[in-house]
Amino acid sequence: MMDSPDSLVYLDGVSKLYATPQGLLPAVRQVTLDVRAGEFYSLLGSSGSGKTTTLRLIGGFEIPDSGRVMLGGEDVTQLPPHRRNLHTVFQNYALFPHLNVAQNIAYPLKIAQLPSAEIKLRVEAALEMFRITGLGERRPAQLSGGQQQRVALARALIGRPKVLLLDEPLSALDAKIREEVRQELRELQRQTNLTFIYVTHDQEEALALSDRVAVMQQGRVEQVGSPREIYDCPASLFVAQFIGKANFLTGRVLQTDPLTVMVQNLPIRASAMGYQPQLDETVTLMIRPEQLQIAESQPDAAPTAVQAATQAAAQLSVNQLSGRVIGDTYVGQLLQVQIETALGRLTATVLGKASLSSEVNLTWLVSACTVIPPALATMPSP
Amino acid sequence: MIAMITEIKPRQAAKPWLLISWSLLVFGFLYLPILVLVAISFNDSPILSLPFRGVTLDWYLQAWQDKTLQRALWNSLSVAASATLLATALGLLAAFACCRYRFWGKNSLRIALNLPILLPGIVTGIAMLAYFSDLNWDLSLQTVVLGHVVFGLPVAFGTIYSRLRQFPDSLAEAAADLGAAPIQVFADVIWPYIRSAVISAALLAFTLSFDEVVVTIFLTGRDNTLPMEIWGRLRTRITPEIAAVATLVLLASGVIVLASQWIANRGEAEG
Repeated sequence: MMDSPDSLVYLDGVSKLYATPQGLLPAVRQVTLDVRAGEFYSLLGSSGSGKTTTLRLIGGFEIPDSGRVMLGGEDVTQLPPHRRNLHTVFQNYALFPHLNVAQNIAYPLKIAQLPSAEIKLRVEAALEMFRITGLGERRPAQLSGGQQQRVALARALIGRPKVLLLDEPLSALDAKIREEVRQELRELQRQTNLTFIYVTHDQEEALALSDRVAVMQQGRVEQVGSPREIYDCPASLFVAQFIGKANFLTGRVLQTDPLTVMVQNLPIRASAMGYQPQLDETVTLMIRPEQLQIAESQPDAAPTAVQAATQAAAQLSVNQLSGRVIGDTYVGQLLQVQIETALGRLTATVLGKASLSSEVNLTWLVSACTVIPPALATMPSP
Repeated sequence: MIAMITEIKPRQAAKPWLLISWSLLVFGFLYLPILVLVAISFNDSPILSLPFRGVTLDWYLQAWQDKTLQRALWNSLSVAASATLLATALGLLAAFACCRYRFWGKNSLRIALNLPILLPGIVTGIAMLAYFSDLNWDLSLQTVVLGHVVFGLPVAFGTIYSRLRQFPDSLAEAAADLGAAPIQVFADVIWPYIRSAVISAALLAFTLSFDEVVVTIFLTGRDNTLPMEIWGRLRTRITPEIAAVATLVLLASGVIVLASQWIANRGEAEG
């Protein structure tokens, strides 16, 4: 594979095996990633997906069993961590307990043997930038979780690395300050224009922060894309289920242009944006809950001529289905409504109200009905 | 229910005099002989026994001026210092290998390292004596040092290993990540973490070596260590001078052991 010209971090078919009591198990299989300079790039996956191992391979804490790790066009596969120009914010921060805050932050500069006057200036600037001025003399154990996190960030950034690796840096924080720190992280990345590689299991976090997200599962990268691409056009059923909520319908392709899928005995029109299925192929369709519109049906009101015409025109781009409201969950601002339909139970997210047991009409745009590409049945195992 | 609860009496109500007198009995059994020895060392009487006839520091003065005792003390100190240095250095290296690396036979090595502490001194002594004579080595204070390393090493290894095991790997990784080469990682992060354990291990090894007799009997040449000298004198001319020396040794050992405990505890609290 070619090394793209503006890639700063490039993983080329990297695999890593782990020794377990059950034998050697792959933690990372044939991962190829390409992170551009100045990008906020997230590795998203549940535990055991290989995201942390991938980060450790970039940081140099693990050496891959096969493949190459490139940093700024240079092959660093065999280089130990201290010879790579990137710094890490660890999940538990890994602050040195026997050093105070200022000494912790100064550590990379001390290692680089900078003159002590410069170290002092830069540490003071860092303390100010991270709003921890006055805490310089404290030991890490005397700080709150949020303060420790800032010290860890300051320590990782003070040496001006090319790339900052972050291993679930928010997971140890309270839910309340997590969102606050999330904003700060994003601003920090924009201000410094540094490349961030961010590991998280929290899909909301990844979508909110990243320029691009790599969704990982079982040691493989399932999809790489912008948060919107991943949300709107998931590359696999796994990604569709992992990112946000979704309704799924399974059926056979009745017609490819315009794409129509026979779900049970109802023809549903879908968008072939992400994947072009064959005739008669069995496919899964995804509809996000917020794309479903619901309206109480009025069976006695006969449509006027104008309404009928509008409906006919709309039918080209809209799917319709009727159903009955069987439950709702208030999630603040929005209402999640469960609807029993001929095609099974669907979930819609709506503003406003829905009365239980009422008959409703469901509509959704054809463009919001995405075909999920089938799982690649044969993947070469490393 | 309420009635039942009020019937349960707190533990403090148990007869305290029983506990106190039992404890006194046990501690008396353990420490009274030592107290008697200390008392005798100050006793103004030329025989090694009570009753108490008055306070004198003569025995301390005599012990201080005794050239043989001076020699023996010096021998003991140099043997203990060498054995401690060797045992601590080897223990540190072994603990490091067992904690930070994966290799074949690691568990066996760990058990083998701890085993000598369980061996009776007489077994260690005879085994090493046989071994040294096979090698045609002359017995001397050097062979004594090697004998003392045998039981000093497990002590040093155990203390350092248990501390090093608590060391969070992420700290070493963080230091390496920030640019520290392996030797710097050790000096800047690992050493501060285990320093107190290493010192405490060294003090323990020193104390053990300093008053060791059994292994020393088998392995020493013409030179005597202090405990050997004391033992030798007890069989020939028993004077309170010995009691004075024993009291001093007791005091020094006590201080060292307490210091080692204190340093270890302080290290744990910091880490």
